[in-house]
Amino acid sequence: MSETVAAPTASEARAPSAGAVVSARDLTRRYGEGDTAVDALRGISLDVPKGQLTAVMGPSGSGKSTLMHILAGLDKPTSGEVTIAGTEISKLNDSDLTKLRREHIGFIFQFFNLLPMLTAEENVVLPLSIAGEKPEKAWVDELIEKIGLSDRRKHRPSELSGGQQQRVAIGRALVSRPSIIFADEPTGNLDSKTSGEILELLNRSVQELEQTIVMVTHESRAAAIADRVLFLADGVIVRESKDISAQDVVTAMDELGG
Amino acid sequence: MTKFALRALLGRKLRTALTAFAIVLGVATVSGTYVLTDSIDKAFGSIFTDSRKGSDAVISGKSAFKLGDGMGVSAPAFDQGLLEKVRALPEVAEADGSVNGEAQLIGKDGKAIVYGGAPNLGFSIARGASPFNPLSLVAGSWPGKNEVVIDKSTARKEHFTIGQNIRVQAVGPVQQLKLSGIVKFGSVGTIGGATLAGFDLPTAQSLFGKPGKLDEIAVASKSGVPTTRLLGQVRGILPKDTEVRTGQAQAHEDGRDTNQFISFLQKFLLGFAGVALFVGSFVIANSLSITIAQRTRELATLRTLGASRRQVLRSIILEALVMGIFAATVGLFAGLALAKGLFKLFDAVGFTLPNNGLTFETRTVVVSLLVGIVVTLLASLRPAMRATRVPPIAAVREGATLPDSRFARYRSTASVLLAALGFAALLWGLFAPGLGTTGVLLFMLGGALLVFFGIALLSVKLVPPLAGALGWPATKIGGSAGALARENSQRNPQRTASTASALMIGLALVTLVSMLAAGIITSFKTSVVKIWKNADYAITAQNNFSPIPVAAADAIAKTPGVISVGNVRAGETRAFGKTINTTAVNPATTRMFSLDWKEGSGAVLATLGEDGAFVDKGYAKSHGLEVGSPVPLTFPDGSKELFYVKGIFAPPTGGSPFGPVTISAASFDRHVDRPQNLYSFVLMNGGQTTANEAALDRTLRSFPNTKAATRQKFIDNQISGLKSVLNILYVLLALSVVVSLFGIVNTLVLTVFERTREIGMLRAIGMTRRQIRRMVRHESVITALIGAVIGIALGIVLAALLIARVDFIVLSVPVGQLIIFGIAAIFVGILAAIFPARRAARLNVLQALQYE
Repeated sequence: MSETVAAPTASEARAPSAGAVVSARDLTRRYGEGDTAVDALRGISLDVPKGQLTAVMGPSGSGKSTLMHILAGLDKPTSGEVTIAGTEISKLNDSDLTKLRREHIGFIFQFFNLLPMLTAEENVVLPLSIAGEKPEKAWVDELIEKIGLSDRRKHRPSELSGGQQQRVAIGRALVSRPSIIFADEPTGNLDSKTSGEILELLNRSVQELEQTIVMVTHESRAAAIADRVLFLADGVIVRESKDISAQDVVTAMDELGG
Repeated sequence: MTKFALRALLGRKLRTALTAFAIVLGVATVSGTYVLTDSIDKAFGSIFTDSRKGSDAVISGKSAFKLGDGMGVSAPAFDQGLLEKVRALPEVAEADGSVNGEAQLIGKDGKAIVYGGAPNLGFSIARGASPFNPLSLVAGSWPGKNEVVIDKSTARKEHFTIGQNIRVQAVGPVQQLKLSGIVKFGSVGTIGGATLAGFDLPTAQSLFGKPGKLDEIAVASKSGVPTTRLLGQVRGILPKDTEVRTGQAQAHEDGRDTNQFISFLQKFLLGFAGVALFVGSFVIANSLSITIAQRTRELATLRTLGASRRQVLRSIILEALVMGIFAATVGLFAGLALAKGLFKLFDAVGFTLPNNGLTFETRTVVVSLLVGIVVTLLASLRPAMRATRVPPIAAVREGATLPDSRFARYRSTASVLLAALGFAALLWGLFAPGLGTTGVLLFMLGGALLVFFGIALLSVKLVPPLAGALGWPATKIGGSAGALARENSQRNPQRTASTASALMIGLALVTLVSMLAAGIITSFKTSVVKIWKNADYAITAQNNFSPIPVAAADAIAKTPGVISVGNVRAGETRAFGKTINTTAVNPATTRMFSLDWKEGSGAVLATLGEDGAFVDKGYAKSHGLEVGSPVPLTFPDGSKELFYVKGIFAPPTGGSPFGPVTISAASFDRHVDRPQNLYSFVLMNGGQTTANEAALDRTLRSFPNTKAATRQKFIDNQISGLKSVLNILYVLLALSVVVSLFGIVNTLVLTVFERTREIGMLRAIGMTRRQIRRMVRHESVITALIGAVIGIALGIVLAALLIARVDFIVLSVPVGQLIIFGIAAIFVGILAAIFPARRAARLNVLQALQYE
C-alpha cells in the first residue's frame, strides 16, 4: 500500500492554493427541507492541481456526483465556494457561467450525449462552433488521430459503437483545450475491454496534452491511471491516496461499504 | 449553431412535416383565396372593360340616389329622342342606344335555364358592326325583329340550333323568338353561369317593357377629340334624369357591385383562412413544446458545451423559421389547387363563378409567405422560451423536468383573466352603444381570440375530470387497453389540453354557426306561421328571392278558382336622409296577413290609399312617428311624396316581408319604373287542392321563372337557400378541423415515440399489437372528445351571447346536430390514431426495450 494521506480538513487551507485549476472550500449541499432534508455534501474542500487526473470514488449516495456537479457549476452549493481558473463561480449569472464553460470547462458524460444528427467530426468541433470560433484544422486532425477515429470522421453516432461514441465525446471535451474536463462515469456504460481503452485515452490526454481531468467513477482500474484518488462517504472526503493500485482501491471501497 | 438547428429539423423529417402541415393548410387557404378572387376579379374586369371598349362616353339613366343591387329596382329609362340629339352633336362620330334587363331563356323542357345563381342577361344589339358591340358572331346572323342571339355555351348545353324558336321571358309573359345566331362575349369563355340573350332594339324594348325608351347611349367621338370636350358637349344637352360618364368610368361603375361582392368573398374566405391559421398556430406550438421536452437532454448538453440561452432560443426560432418558410411555400402552391377546388365547390352548391384561368399575383406570394412564416414564428416563441430554461444539469440527470417559469403560478389566474377579458370585449363589442361596425367587429374578433386563448390555457384544469368522465366508456369497451388510454390522456394534462384546444376552436365555431342557423330557421318558421294567415299559395321566383314580374300576379288573378292575389312589392326609397327598403302591398293582402298591430289594425293594409303608409315599431320609435305623422319619401326617379302613418306594427322575431315603411302598391307603381313583386300570395276556392295547384301551374307556365308553393313548401324553399350557405360554412370550417386532426396525429406520433420503452414493456408482458393499437386509438378519441365537449359548450355560450344581441334570431339548441358533431369528433379521433397506432404496434419489442 502506498502513501496514504488523511483528507484535508476545513481548517487546513482557507484560500485556494496557487496552481490549482479548481478549488472548493467548505462545500455543503442540502436537498429538501425540514425532516426530509438530505445532506449530500457536508463540508468538502479540495484543490485540483493542473495537469493531473483526479478520480473521485465512493459508494452510491456518497455525494460524488453532487460534488462534481457543483465543481462544474451545473449545481449550486448550499454554502461554500468554488473557484474555477481563478473565478469564484457561485455568484456568476447564467451568461457568465456560459462564458466560463466555453473557455474553461469540458464535459464527458456516462451516456456520451452526442448530437445524433451531427457527424463524429462535427460533434468534436461543436464547442468551437458554439463559441463562434473556427476550428484549427491541424489541431482537429491531430485530435481525431489521437482519439483513433480518423476513418470514422463522417459517421453519425448511430453508426458508431459505444466505445467509439465515447471517443468522440472525449475529442469534443478536448477540442477547446479547456482548463478542466469533468468526466461523469465515462466508462459506466461500456464493457470491460472498451472501458480499459477509454481510460487509457484519458490517461494519454493527461500525459501528452497536459490536460487536467476530474473523473467520477466506480471503476477500480481508474485508480491505476489517476494521479490522485479522493474517496467520499456520507458527503465528506474520507481519504485521499496518491499512486494507489486497483487492488488497493477495491480494499478501500470495501472498507467504505461500497 | 445554424447547422445544428437545420440538422435538428432534418433529423426529424416526419415530425417536422407533420408539424408544418398545420400551417400548410392555413397558408393554402390564404393563397387559394387570393388566387380565386383575383381570378374572378380579372374575369369580371375583362367582361366590364370589353363591354365598354368602343365607348368614349356612356349616357345612362340616373336615379335620385344610389340603389342597392337585386332589389328589383333599377335606374329609370329615359326617352329615346335623346339619341338623335346626341348623334347631331358636332364632336360625336357614332352613337347607339340600348336597353337591357333580365331575360330568362326557357329550355326545351319548358323550364327556365338557370346556371347556379348567375344572372340571365338580356340586351339590345343596335347592329352587329357597331363599335360598341362587345359580342362577336360565332354562327348565324345578328338578330332582326322577333329574333334572338344567345351565347355559345348556353346553345351547346341546351342543344339549341339556329333557326329554331326559343321562348324568352322578361317583364311580360313568355315570347317566342327565332334563334338567328350564336355569339361569344369578348375574350371570355363564360361569364360565370350567366346566359346571354341579344335582341334588336324594338324587340328588346317590348320584352323589357320600355317602349320608346333607352337605358343607355354609347358614344364614340370623332378622332382627335379629347374625352373631356365630348363629355362637356354631351352634358350640354342631357335631360336631368340622365348622366354621362367616360367609357372607363362606366366600366368601373358597372363593376361596382361585382367588386363589392368579390371583396366580400375575399374577406369572408380570408376569415376562414385566419381560423385555420389560428388553429394551426396551436398545433405548431404544441408540437414544438413536446419536441423540446423530448430534446431536454440534447439542449442541456449544448448548454454544457457552452451554448448560451440566447443561442438555444435562436436555434429553436431558426428551426421554426425554416419550417415556416417550407410550410408557407408548400401552402402557397397548394393554394392554387385549392382555388380550383373552391371554384368546383361553389359550382356544386349552385354558385357558378366566372373562370378565365387562374391568376397568380405578387401580392398572393408575399402575403401567403409572410403570414405563414410569421404565424409559425409566433407559435414557436413560447416553446423557444421554454427551451431556454433547460438547465445544463439536465444533461446528466435522468428524467429532468423543466423548471416552471417565474410566472407559472399565475397561470390559472392569468387564463381565467384572459378568458374573462375576452368575454368582456365580446360583450362590449355586442352591447356597447355607439360603436361603428368596424369597432364592433374588432372588439368581437379580439374578444373571441382572447376567449379561445384563455379557455385553451384553462382547459389544463378541465382535462383530468373530463378525461376521467369521457374515458369511462373506453375502459368498458377497450378493457385494459382502454383503461391505460384513459390514464395516458391524464398523464400530461398540458399536452392533452393543447392538443384538444385546436379541435376545440373548430368545434366552437361549427357549433356557433349551427346554433345561429337553427335560431334563424326557427324564428323564420315561427314568423311565417304567424304572419301567413289565410293564403293558400305563395308565388316566388324559382330561386326563392328574385323579384317576379307583376304580369305573373295579374295572370294568376285571372286563373280559375283564384279568389284574390295579395302582392308584396319591394324597392328602395329615401326617407329622413337614409336609403331604406320600402315595400308596397295591394288591398287583397288584408285578408292574408296577420300582423301584430300596435296602432291601427289589419284593415290598414286595405286602406293605405294614395298617401297612406304603415311602419314597423322600431322605425316609428327612432323617428318619433305616430299615427298621422308625415313620412316624406323620395323615389329613385327623383319624385317626392308625403305619406302619412296609418298603422304601426311589431314585426315578429324572425322578421317580416315588410320594410320599415310600406305603402300601397298603387302609389308605389306611380313612382317606380317597371315595378316587380317580391312575393304574391294566392287565396283560392277550396284551399290547397291538386286541382288548384294544377291550375296555378298552368298559368305559371308562361312565367317559367316563378313557382307556387304551399306555406310549408315556401318555408322549406326559403330555408334551403340558408342551408346551402350553411354547407359552405361547414366545408370551410372543416378545414380548421382537419388542421386540428393533424395536431392530434402529431401529438400521438410524438407520444408513441416518447413511450417507446414503455410500449415495449407492455408488449413484453403480453399486450397484443391489437391492444396497443386500441390503446393509442382510445387516447386519441378521448383527446378529441375533450376538445369537442369544451368546444361545443363554448360555441353554445358564444351563440347565446350573439343571439341575445341580434333581435331577429331566437335561441334554439340543435341537439341532434350537436350530437352529430360529437360523433364527428370521435371519428376525427379514430382517423387521427390510425397512423400513430400502427407505428406503435409495429415497434420491435426487443429494440423498444433497449431503446435509450
